[in-house]
Amino acid sequence: MSLDKDQVQQIATLARLKLSDDEYAESVEKLSRIVDFVDQLSQADTSGVVPMAHPLNVAQRLRPDVVTESNERNRYQENAAAVTDGLYLVPKVIE
Amino acid sequence: MTDLHKRTLSELAGGLEAGDFSSVELTQALLDRIGAHDETLNAFVTVTGDEALAAAERADAARAAGEGGALNGLPIVHKDIFCTEGVKTTCGSKMLDNFVSPYDATIVERMAAAGAVVLGKANMDEFAMGSSNETSFYGPVKNPWDLARSPGGSSGGSAAAVAARLAPAATATDTGGSIRQPAALTGTLGIKPTYGRVSRYGMIAFASSLDQAGVITRSAEDAARLLGVMAGFDERDSTSIDEPVPDYVGALGTSLDGLKVGVVRQHFDEGLDGDTGARTREAIAVLESLGAKAVEVDMPNIDLSVPTYYVVAPAECSSNLSRFDGVRFGYRAPDPEDLLDLYCRSRGEGFGDEVKRRIMTGTYVLSAGYYDAYYLKAQQVRHLIADDFKNAFEDVDVIAGPTTPTPAFRLGAKVDDPITMYLNDIYTIGANLGGFPALSVPCGFVKGLPVGLHLVGHHFDEATLLRCAHAYEQTTTWHTACPEAFE
Repeated sequence: MSLDKDQVQQIATLARLKLSDDEYAESVEKLSRIVDFVDQLSQADTSGVVPMAHPLNVAQRLRPDVVTESNERNRYQENAAAVTDGLYLVPKVIE
Repeated sequence: MTDLHKRTLSELAGGLEAGDFSSVELTQALLDRIGAHDETLNAFVTVTGDEALAAAERADAARAAGEGGALNGLPIVHKDIFCTEGVKTTCGSKMLDNFVSPYDATIVERMAAAGAVVLGKANMDEFAMGSSNETSFYGPVKNPWDLARSPGGSSGGSAAAVAARLAPAATATDTGGSIRQPAALTGTLGIKPTYGRVSRYGMIAFASSLDQAGVITRSAEDAARLLGVMAGFDERDSTSIDEPVPDYVGALGTSLDGLKVGVVRQHFDEGLDGDTGARTREAIAVLESLGAKAVEVDMPNIDLSVPTYYVVAPAECSSNLSRFDGVRFGYRAPDPEDLLDLYCRSRGEGFGDEVKRRIMTGTYVLSAGYYDAYYLKAQQVRHLIADDFKNAFEDVDVIAGPTTPTPAFRLGAKVDDPITMYLNDIYTIGANLGGFPALSVPCGFVKGLPVGLHLVGHHFDEATLLRCAHAYEQTTTWHTACPEAFE
């Protein structure tokens, strides 16, 4: 196993995922296989190769920094689990 | 009119134009078929019958008034990854089971403006992560050619609906093969256009440097028709490319004389099923008989496509899917103890196994200490693979090969082994890594199951791919074959 349970726990914490004990066991096994599989990239000679961030190698287009959207807060908040007075509600953050 | 479902989109357009039937009659006939067959196939997450009939009535009225766009009255299905205003948009996930989109994706808007009638939203692998449709929260889609087999994925619902004649065409998306692989496994045509060709505004993101929208149809002409409406610049998508859209339908008739077809040596190795390889070679021979010239091309880095993809795609997905936090939209876990518990449980309970696996893979390859070894390395290898294509395209117009290593596999056969599942996309992933347009056209059968010929083209040269597929369809009948149970 190229990954152990502690590492997978750390990854799940970073990814904000709560896993059950069964899921941990399975994740250690399957993620290890995936990591072993992608490890074959280390054999490729990439000295001097520029990393490719965009398939067409073009720069991201920018637009003028002006307001283009109208306020649709009420409509967008219809999909939220809990809102009040236009605010999204979450458990208390500061005691 | 008992055979409307058997007709292609282009044939239906002719029938509507001639007044042989109305869009309402056509729409009702297809809704009836969906009602009769979809319990078996599970190709739909949502059927929008009332909305479809209302749209069909509007299309008929427009036609009567001498108006109506390029798709007036023609029924289609949208993959459930495209936002549709007022209609549930799930992306195949429990996370979005309650999500009703407040807006339309650009392609949804463009197709509606052209008069298309939307029959419903197609089932898919969760967040488009899968090659078998088995990762969907709504259960797997069945392959119309053999109900015990997968239709492929992630656009399995789109492909199955078109193959089973529940709809003449469906939209789909492709990050590593998700249009072309299910098209091949269901005997339909699927095209993934050039990166940036079709707007992704309102298309739920998986891996943003790879994702592209396209269609699944029963002919190249139908795909040309739809792509003409979907393609083109959209200022709301920052990756949309401002290139003129050619007349795809008009380009179909041109002969293949002198067309150079590259055949990748590495795509005919031991990983390819013998019969599938034989069908592919026969199809290339047909292209040669039509005037094309086949030459072997070498792509020394292509074998690293799948491992490259399984670093780049999960990395981007781990970032894209961080928006699902249980606060603004989507699933929220009940009774959270605190904010962190709300995030972690909403995501842990809302996402399925494969999506969590990819988020974690992506988190790992981007994390401190591993970034250079995995993510940076993969982006470098990606450059090498793209260069393999560019070098090949100096000599050839299209690259041809098999779409998949085998015909459709049994449901459940690969679900416990992520690597075997990932290798299904071995021939299709390269086009995504390099942003090239690619399509799969039906090219015969292996033990009663369809397989596809894969064609990859130069950037923005979808027209040549469609022309090739159309010429091939004029001398073969594979694309007209219908699974017996759905005639």
